[in-house]
Amino acid sequence: MFPFEYDRPTQQEKVIDALSHSNRTKILAGGTNLVDLMKNGVEQPERLVDINRLDLTTIAQLDDGGVRLGALAHNSDTANHPLIRERYPLLSQAILSGASPQLRNMATNGGNLLQRTRCYYFTDSGFPQCNKRLPGSGCGAIEGFNRIHAILGGSSQCVATHPSDMCVALAALDATVRVQSSKGVRTIEFPNFHRLPGDTPRLDTNLEPDELILSIDLPPSRFASHSHYLKIRDRASYAFALVSVAAALEMDDEKIRTARIALGGVAHKPWRATEVEKELVGRRAERTLFELAARLAVRDARPLNHNMFKVELVPHAIVRALSLAGGVA
Amino acid sequence: MNRVDGRLKVTGAARFTAEFTPPNTAYGVILQSTIAHGRIGRMDVGKAEHADGVLGVITPRNAPKLPGAESRISILQNSNVEYNNQPIGVVVAESYEQAVHAAALIKVRYDFLPSKLDFQSGFVRGYPGTHNGEPGDLAFGDIDEGLSHAEVRIDQVYRTPIMHHNPMEPHASVAQWDGDRLTIHDTTQNISGHKQKLAAIFGIPAENVHVVSVFLGGGFGCKGEVWSHSVLAAMAARYVRRPVKLVLDRPQMFGPVGARPQTYQHLTLGAGRDGKLTAIRHEVLAHTSYIEDYLESSAFPTRVMYACPNVSTMHRLVQLNLGTPTYARAPGVATGTYAIEVAMDELAYALRMDPLALRQANYAEVDPHSKLPFTGKHLDECYSRGADRFGWSKRNPEPGSMREESSGLRIGWGMATETYPANRRPASALVRMKPDGRVLVACGTHEIGGGTYSMLAQVAAETLGISADRIDVQLGDTLLPEAPISAGSMTAASVTPAVQAAATQLKAKLQGRSANPNDAVEAEAKVAPDEMLKQKASPHSFGAVFAEVAVDPELGTVKVRRIVAVYDVGRVINEQTGRSQFIGGIVWGISLALHENTLVDARTGRVANGNLSEYHVPVNADIGEIDVSALNIPDMVFNSVGARGIGEIGITGTAAAISNAVFHATGIRVRDLPITLDKLNTHQQSR
Repeated sequence: MFPFEYDRPTQQEKVIDALSHSNRTKILAGGTNLVDLMKNGVEQPERLVDINRLDLTTIAQLDDGGVRLGALAHNSDTANHPLIRERYPLLSQAILSGASPQLRNMATNGGNLLQRTRCYYFTDSGFPQCNKRLPGSGCGAIEGFNRIHAILGGSSQCVATHPSDMCVALAALDATVRVQSSKGVRTIEFPNFHRLPGDTPRLDTNLEPDELILSIDLPPSRFASHSHYLKIRDRASYAFALVSVAAALEMDDEKIRTARIALGGVAHKPWRATEVEKELVGRRAERTLFELAARLAVRDARPLNHNMFKVELVPHAIVRALSLAGGVA
Repeated sequence: MNRVDGRLKVTGAARFTAEFTPPNTAYGVILQSTIAHGRIGRMDVGKAEHADGVLGVITPRNAPKLPGAESRISILQNSNVEYNNQPIGVVVAESYEQAVHAAALIKVRYDFLPSKLDFQSGFVRGYPGTHNGEPGDLAFGDIDEGLSHAEVRIDQVYRTPIMHHNPMEPHASVAQWDGDRLTIHDTTQNISGHKQKLAAIFGIPAENVHVVSVFLGGGFGCKGEVWSHSVLAAMAARYVRRPVKLVLDRPQMFGPVGARPQTYQHLTLGAGRDGKLTAIRHEVLAHTSYIEDYLESSAFPTRVMYACPNVSTMHRLVQLNLGTPTYARAPGVATGTYAIEVAMDELAYALRMDPLALRQANYAEVDPHSKLPFTGKHLDECYSRGADRFGWSKRNPEPGSMREESSGLRIGWGMATETYPANRRPASALVRMKPDGRVLVACGTHEIGGGTYSMLAQVAAETLGISADRIDVQLGDTLLPEAPISAGSMTAASVTPAVQAAATQLKAKLQGRSANPNDAVEAEAKVAPDEMLKQKASPHSFGAVFAEVAVDPELGTVKVRRIVAVYDVGRVINEQTGRSQFIGGIVWGISLALHENTLVDARTGRVANGNLSEYHVPVNADIGEIDVSALNIPDMVFNSVGARGIGEIGITGTAAAISNAVFHATGIRVRDLPITLDKLNTHQQSR
């Protein structure tokens, strides 16, 4: 770990001021990911701004009937909040499928959005190649171990995946992210929050360097009675998703009025399977439909040496998640 | 009897090596290579030397030359790099954080040499080896004859990956010099061996080295040898003239402190239609390093398991630019029983015979090689009791035939034989009655988690006829009577006879004396195994393990729902700690079958998943019901306590039982561990 300055302001303006003065300033919230990366030299901030004294921990109903999740509310408090359990069980399930109780108690909602990839070649600075860690050095994973890597939306520079479970549910729930900079407050639609690697894999999100996440806002719940988060991994707990599916249906009797399907473990960002969603709308919820539609999710898949299995697994996982969400045997 | 150190452990009062901090301690951090093969061209240490708090930077350039340096460990005696993550320097500072920071400031330039990292392409370079002095190649009968008479043959290759032990407690050394006397608190399963080796390396008399290891947070074999960090801690302490504490962090353990090597095992079984084996050929290729030979003796169990007249076993070592592998829980036997016991299952299917019945048909009444009787063998009872407890008779042998209608899951039942040799070495112990009526038991053995404190108290108490709560046990210190390495499941078998003998002598001394002597009365005994026993009987433990898995046919996920295992290990001294050992071994077996897999990057030789987040071992949620029992028939031929040792047998056979259950559930035979969902998924048919 390299020496750094540490500051713990109580006002948002101070945080934003610090962010806008140096691009080597990092925000510290739960620290569950950042501190690990600092210990092994992947992150080397000059200054840490600890925001735990800011008042951003509230989880409350919004005027439109949605719910606001404070950026500093802990993952465990979010997952277990009555409003979330009742109205957004998908989010609750997704959060509780990630990490461990100890980590969820520390991790914050804002921090969850900013998790870095668990690509082996990124997290170990002993590897010479990683375009995300050392831009221009090459990608270690494309010719290396890529079993856990992306099959969708990757580039020749980076095939890393986004590690969050929570974000997959947020993508399915049409969440928005409210951020503040010196220019004011703006709202980012969830699909626009995270980026694909393209030729700038060092960037995970479209957050500007001087922007602070204030909250994640959920629109009024439509999917509470028909949703499921399915996580497939190498062990039963404390492992990142090989493939995960957040499936949410709004039903009109037996017919599907609205469908949301987001995938984890397959891309650099939570991946909305919009073609599958479209195929489902207006149709009867049944297994044959799910099987037909699920194939569309991997139509543009570009697997690597070790992750071909994901191309097969994703449709199976979508069918399973939809069946459980829709109560279809 | 309850574990006597349980309270100390759960309250944090038990002090582990890294918790010892002598006054004025400085902190060492090891710098490790990031290439697999080459020479260190230049190390820029200027910034590190001038960083805050730094007391010294030791590299091959300035490292003291050690009179008895061994090339098998990396202790800065030359500039060669033979594997990635090899120790290439030590930074010592006032604080751990300062040392970590300074180490990160060192720039290393290498002269690269071509590295050998591909196992399979190294097979042509394979050469014979030995394991603990036993030859790697051994045959009896006539293998060609046996195969030519076979009516059914199985000919398959099984593979197991590199696995890192990952005890919960990382390796640590706290070294302190007083003139030419060294005191070292060290994470070692072998304090006496450590003492001898460190003395030789530093060129000082053995009596000048004092090694202490009072609690170990798991060893599993990776704390059996002297590795670089122990020597580097002592070297650094002498260099800065202060005590030095050196603790490895988790990623630092992937390379320099051993691993279970990868194996490629070619099994050929021949049998008659009646299921009787006519031939077993077991050929093993396993990797080692360019520094030292370590042979994974996977075909050793094949020599003892079945009544087969024609057996041929062979091992070849393949050198790679990786850290030296080492003993890992049931070395050789864990990987070898996986291969032969899956092959036996394949043979059972080829014969259309029940897998258990096949094993019973080939039951070895005597050691198949030496033809000697076993010191005690009741495996037949393990088979029948295990089958009863599991409900084996209800098994439909057809793969994929057992389905759970409610969930759509495929259920699979598999079984395997377990075995582990019974080992024993000379050991000494002292038992002292103190004037206050308390009894001290002292023995230079180890508490690696298996329950040695409890076991010694219990054996002393029953011999003296007093309550165990009057007994205090001291161990893990080379000032105490000498005991062997705690490995090879031999601690109980070696040490408890010594405690028993010392306590018996003490009891005799105390007879006729007043109830409250003013002075302590003590007896010390050294007990060695009967050397003649080898010519009379074959000491081995056996067991039977049955597994139930549930496989999701669409997703490929495997859950081990149930394990039933019955062991014949002689006497189980302490039921509580013994049970934990069996369960721990089984969990390791589940891990071997489904989880563990060290990924070595083919270009850099660097472990890609060198952390506990990506190097998977099972979590609690992966473990189903585990039903273990032991026959508890004392083996009085083997030793005076009747105990053969229990630390390792649990992992043997278990991976095969699970693998066989997965085949039974799916009809898919995965022959390279671990069985991960992608290996099943690519074959799976959806409903």
